[in-house]
Amino acid sequence: MTAINSKIPEGSLAEKWTKHKAKIKVVSPANKRKLDIIVVGTGLAGASAAASLAEMGYNVSAFCYQDSARRAHSIAAQGGINASKNYQNDNDSVHRLFYDTVKGGDYRAREANVHRLAEVSGSIIDQCVAQGVPFAREYGGNLSNRSFGGVLVSRTFYARGQTGQQLLIGAYSALNRQIGKGAIKMYERHEMLDIVKIDGKARGIIARDMVTGEVKKYGAHAVVIASGGYGNAFFLSTNAMGCNGGAAWQAYKKGAFMSNPCYVQIHPTCIPVHGDQQSKLTLMSESLRNDGRIWVPKKKEDAEKLQKGEIGPNDIAEEDRDFYLERRYPSYGNLVPRDVASRAAKERCDAGFGVNNTGLAVYLDFKYSIERLGKDVIEARYGNLFQMYEKIADSDPYTGPMQIYPAIHYTMGGTWVDYNLMTSVPGLYAIGEANFSDHGANRLGASALMQGLADGYFVLPYTIGDYLADEIQIPKIDVNSPEFEKSISAVQARLDKMMSIKGTKPVDYFHKKLGLVMWDYVGMSRNEAGLKKAIALIADIKKEFWSDVRIPGDQGEVNQELEKAGRVADFIELADVMTRDALNRNESCGGHFREESVTPDGEALRNDEIGAYVSQWEFQGEDKEPIMHKEDLKFEVVELTQRSYK
Amino acid sequence: MSEKILNNLKIKVWRQKNAQTKGQFETYPIDNISTDTSFLEMLDILNYQLVEEGKDPIVFDHDCREGICGTCSLFINGRAHGPDDDITTCQLHMRKFKNDETITIEPWRAKSFPVIKDLMVDRTAFEKILQSGGFVSVNTGGVPDGNAIPIGYDDAEAAMDAASCIGCGACVATCKNSSAMLFVSAKVSHLARLPQGQVEAARRAKSMVAKMDELGFGNCSNTGACEVECPKGISITNIATLNREYLKAKIAD
Repeated sequence: MTAINSKIPEGSLAEKWTKHKAKIKVVSPANKRKLDIIVVGTGLAGASAAASLAEMGYNVSAFCYQDSARRAHSIAAQGGINASKNYQNDNDSVHRLFYDTVKGGDYRAREANVHRLAEVSGSIIDQCVAQGVPFAREYGGNLSNRSFGGVLVSRTFYARGQTGQQLLIGAYSALNRQIGKGAIKMYERHEMLDIVKIDGKARGIIARDMVTGEVKKYGAHAVVIASGGYGNAFFLSTNAMGCNGGAAWQAYKKGAFMSNPCYVQIHPTCIPVHGDQQSKLTLMSESLRNDGRIWVPKKKEDAEKLQKGEIGPNDIAEEDRDFYLERRYPSYGNLVPRDVASRAAKERCDAGFGVNNTGLAVYLDFKYSIERLGKDVIEARYGNLFQMYEKIADSDPYTGPMQIYPAIHYTMGGTWVDYNLMTSVPGLYAIGEANFSDHGANRLGASALMQGLADGYFVLPYTIGDYLADEIQIPKIDVNSPEFEKSISAVQARLDKMMSIKGTKPVDYFHKKLGLVMWDYVGMSRNEAGLKKAIALIADIKKEFWSDVRIPGDQGEVNQELEKAGRVADFIELADVMTRDALNRNESCGGHFREESVTPDGEALRNDEIGAYVSQWEFQGEDKEPIMHKEDLKFEVVELTQRSYK
Repeated sequence: MSEKILNNLKIKVWRQKNAQTKGQFETYPIDNISTDTSFLEMLDILNYQLVEEGKDPIVFDHDCREGICGTCSLFINGRAHGPDDDITTCQLHMRKFKNDETITIEPWRAKSFPVIKDLMVDRTAFEKILQSGGFVSVNTGGVPDGNAIPIGYDDAEAAMDAASCIGCGACVATCKNSSAMLFVSAKVSHLARLPQGQVEAARRAKSMVAKMDELGFGNCSNTGACEVECPKGISITNIATLNREYLKAKIAD
């Protein structure tokens, strides 16, 4: 197989989506009733897609590994959702949101996809309001906005620090309405373990019932992967414990290209790692950077005393504080994009200015905004985040600064999709964080929610019709076909194999080991030697896993170790492709920082000569090196400049 | 953060193979736990040990570990989500415990939440209640501009207060009658406070209450225990709102 056409429509950027919609095929209501669609994952993208498709008349089956669709990890997004409503009259527009997103993504996203995202962003807010999402309001009754990193306007809509939760409850309630009507069959506590292809087209999935252990076949005319990102390859991340790359990885093994897997977002404001007993990191919303100032001591001796616990932050005089983001990036200050803020924190800590006992933390201080606005205002804006911080860190952010450090948060890379959100496998779609398309090499804050809902409410429901219009003659998919039998046998064989190893090490042993390799060599800073070393180390971990993992219990019951084992086995393989992608991309861009590619003052140096492409990794078989194709990125509207937030 | 190490903890936990078998308590010793460790991380460490010893690890529900997804659901030392206020189990930290302490862990106990295995329970009854009416009946598309319907600051805030419910089920597990009134009332009040939700308010209140009764949840006898253990501080004034909405709907019939 070679690189696949991205099907970006002709015409001027602003007209592409409108013209495309006018051209693509539509399925009649009578025929929609005859077509089945499977949606894997029920976060913002999956729930909104499943609900919208069912409303249109398709028969939808939705799957999630959680015990309720409402618990998908979109729920944990705190700060907000972007939309180019220009309600603040600050000269925002579709073009400005488009431009900010392309620039924020360090010119590694498709212009056409991003423009469409900006175009539909306003409708998302309208839809959510209609569903009863309790967005923050002004006293006059209008919607309120806040600012986020990487932009100079206020376009972020929010519901306290629980925006993801409220948007997901909105999409989930739309999903529930369709379940209640019988238009969606919901499978909770089910995990997708394979994609089934017939004559080259996606025709269903194999899923395991996580309560009974039963492995079953499900047929459909199209399959939608909405299973989120693969940040948990790093073991410690802000992702939920169950978040996994399994569905996307099985799709990859069935021929769906994986794109830009090295683009991982490291979020600058997370609660620092406290020790080796940790399983999970907690994010503190980027919105806090609206009112918090980030600093470390100017003097190394102060930092050393802080590290030893001899002094506290309030002992450091005003003039001895280094507000390094304001110093280095005067125009954006504390609101630089996430990749820039994360690297700046790492730079200070690596230089010895970290402020906690591990030396891997910086301060996020609200003293100045409390003095300016009063504690009440800060409490109203961030009360629940402050409470969350206090419970975890056992320290009160109203009286002393928070300690923060970067952590793995989001994956911009993912399954390759064309303009219709279809993967390289016909009939298989990928939406939300699971696909690669809109954020380039770095995602701006409050854009994940926007993209998930854009794909689910306003893009996929249109584009999927273009494919399904040609499938109306296909009867219900027969799950007793040889292809389904072959697939279910392979899934069963893999489960049997894992259970039969009966080694000595729990699954977490391998996951932690993999996570450390990834953090050390494929984390915030990467170089050729380290990446090559990582490929070898990952191969060792894979070998060790498949010969020494221990999974107690049986398959035919709840077996959380077996669930984890399958996910970790996928992460190990995914990590290999992530590392290869990082090695191949010999430039710094967005979240991908190559030590070989920096400006004289240490900023990331993008190289458009070699880097203006989307990688498309193609699976070649177990333990074989994958092949990389390239989709060249063409910029018709945005002029490529070295990103500067100074 | 002043870290200490806890030793000689005894974890007394409910083990139950499945819904059909009877369960029993088992006690496991654990040492060397940092006070900065979360409660669920302590269970991760215990499970790691159990697997190394060739035993079945303890099954428990958990996911986001940030107090927002509502998956975790442990009854610890007689309290839903353990000995701290306004938190979920995943936000509980070991600094709330002492050396040599015996910590008792049970699943949510309610007729409508049958045990699946060990500490994992089946909360699909909540799904069924929401599917019966916990929504505004709008399809995707064709809705007015977000600012077309002004909503007063206080109404938006009150709706947000009720909408903070994470559906964990602590209210049901805590209530001596296993009533789901706090859960149902939070959803009903969230939507009743907003103009978008008022169109179907009567139908919603009636169908959700009927479904709740059908699924075997108990009645509310106003003890207020649910409110005390709710990790998101959902107020029982929502139950008054639900009663009012329900009565209004019934009178109109």
